[in-house]
Amino acid sequence: MKILVCISHVPDTTSKINFTEGDTKFDTTGVQFVINPNDEFGLTRAMWFKEKQGASVDVVNVGGPETEPTLRKALAIGADAAIRVNTAATDGFAVAQQLAKVVQDGGYDLVIAGRESIDYNGGMVPGMLAGLIKANFVTNCISLEVEGTNVKAVREIDGGKETVSTSLPLVIGGQKGLVEESDLRIPNMRGIMMARQKPLKVVEPVDANTETASVKFEKPAPKGAIKLIDPDNVEELVNLLHNEAKVI
Amino acid sequence: MSVLVYTESDKGTFKKTALEVASYAKTVADQMGTTVTAITFNAEDTSVLGNYGVDKVLKVNNSQLETFNAKAYASAIAQAAKKEGTKVIIVSSSADSKYLAPLLAIDLDAGYASNVVEAPSSTSPFTVKRTAFTNKAFNMTAINTDVKIVGVSKNAFGVKENSGSASAEDFSPSVPDLGIKVESVDKVTGQVTIADAEIVVSGGRGLKGPENWGMVEELADVLGAATACSKPVSDLGWRPHSEHVGQTGKPVAANLYIAIGISGAIQHLAGINASKVKVVINTDPEAPFFKAADYGIVGDAFEVVPKLIEKLKAFKAQQ
Ligand SMILES: Cc1cc2nc3c(=O)[nH]c(=O)nc-3n(C[C@H](O)[C@H](O)[C@H](O)COP(=O)(O)OP(=O)(O)OC[C@H]3O[C@@H](n4cnc5c(N)ncnc54)[C@H](O)[C@@H]3O)c2cc1C
Ligand SMILES: Nc1ncnc2c1ncn2[C@@H]1O[C@H](COP(=O)(O)O)[C@@H](O)[C@H]1O
Repeated sequence: MKILVCISHVPDTTSKINFTEGDTKFDTTGVQFVINPNDEFGLTRAMWFKEKQGASVDVVNVGGPETEPTLRKALAIGADAAIRVNTAATDGFAVAQQLAKVVQDGGYDLVIAGRESIDYNGGMVPGMLAGLIKANFVTNCISLEVEGTNVKAVREIDGGKETVSTSLPLVIGGQKGLVEESDLRIPNMRGIMMARQKPLKVVEPVDANTETASVKFEKPAPKGAIKLIDPDNVEELVNLLHNEAKVI
Repeated sequence: MSVLVYTESDKGTFKKTALEVASYAKTVADQMGTTVTAITFNAEDTSVLGNYGVDKVLKVNNSQLETFNAKAYASAIAQAAKKEGTKVIIVSSSADSKYLAPLLAIDLDAGYASNVVEAPSSTSPFTVKRTAFTNKAFNMTAINTDVKIVGVSKNAFGVKENSGSASAEDFSPSVPDLGIKVESVDKVTGQVTIADAEIVVSGGRGLKGPENWGMVEELADVLGAATACSKPVSDLGWRPHSEHVGQTGKPVAANLYIAIGISGAIQHLAGINASKVKVVINTDPEAPFFKAADYGIVGDAFEVVPKLIEKLKAFKAQQ
């Protein structure tokens, strides 16, 4: 089985979010970038398929040279090879078109992406990719097993979960549950050394069009000061929630 | 031309999000000077949609579509959009809507914006405000395609009543090869789910152990709320994983979020800060949650929560 794991390169959650150029660009000054957490769960599950079922695992990112350290980290975790499509990720559709080309050229059977990236939170790329390459698609995926071309997956739904059967070729929108946090691997020295020898191929983009454009960013209005209520006067909280906040 | 809205139902009854997206569709239709058409799957009585601005309902009744299938539902919605000459399609941010929307976008060469929190600021260019960076910012996004899909955030726009009536007609779209078969569905019943809840009561490690969750459940019960927890609480096995909220758990966009014995770590807040009103109960006045909340009580949950339950019961009795 040939697996492709899509890696989105995102600011760590603890980063300060600021914008420049008249609030049109994300300010990357001092921001630490990481593998999107949903992708890390997927990559770790892919390692299981590699070790237990002899699958090969490549990782891909659509982005500029600045994303290479993130791809190297994925190699250090254990992926065999990395691909970077050398173009800015302008919108979900444009990224999906680039990924579709990579999947077709590489003949991948299983594509593991994340249910959403934590920067843009679009939740678009995996579904659009599946639509473009006419593969089956399961998102919010919390369990994945493959035997031959038969697949059993569990999807989180509102208020529960759903077990489905499907077949390869398949695109997954993964999340925690595919593996648990305790299964995540911190790259060790040997992994990091080996990652330096592994191929990181830069490919040029295909022509792709965008459908949406970011016009401007805004920060939420500053929050008013918290109202503290005396623990001996809990009734006051009930009154405030009813009369002021109007939520009960 | 009409605005098309996908109104979700569960066992024939419309979900609250369906009424919210219908209200949103009505606002967009008014902006564009057109009408609202809803598409429903195996819903029985669709007349209620008229009260939320829907003019016409396309009723799909097909036993093959009894359980949700993203590809088949997307295909049906695409067929309806073509039939109606629709330029704008409205969906919710439920797990199902988020699943089908990207497939629908590819079917129709439509641009899609998810997590939209307000009515379009302009319909030409079509511009919407969506959340980004896990609710730490908003992004104004222009959708430049002929057909546009808007995914509306839960509880952001609200349900708006509208006196009208909806005509209904049967619609029989062709069903593609499903590709995916649902083997089983495992859903909690008789309990408010985090996804649907307007109020969420959440407990953290400050509650010391699973045996102390009785008061959390009772508080939720009085408020008609769903229960949730912080990540360590589910990692420790005190509560099921399905209750874990935050960056790596379920997102919460409730009207009221009550955090009890939760410190307010950034990864926790990232998942819940789309909630409108936040209340924190914590013994430590330095806990970061006090910076994120609207109302707070510095106090011991084991004393405060039982009092709160008592006061709320009295309040409810008066209503
Ligand atoms: C990559 C990553 C992802 C993460 N994702 C998530 C996530 O999705 N969700 C999540 O929740 N966390 C997540 N975390 C963990 C997060 O950083 C915190 O560790 C976690 O939220 C802390 O949980 P807590 O507030 O329940 O516990 P603690 O931080 O231990 O806080 C307990 C609080 O209870 C208070 N307390 C103690 N006794 C009482 C009492 N009697 N009455 C009232 N208050 C009391 C204390 O003052 C304290 O503030 C993530 C971490 C990482 C690194
Ligand atoms: N630029 C990118 N390069 C590679 N994969 C991506 C990129 N952007 C998004 N993805 C994948 O698509 C998933 C969902 O992203 P999004 O649609 O942006 O929320 C991510 O978790 C990644 O797996």
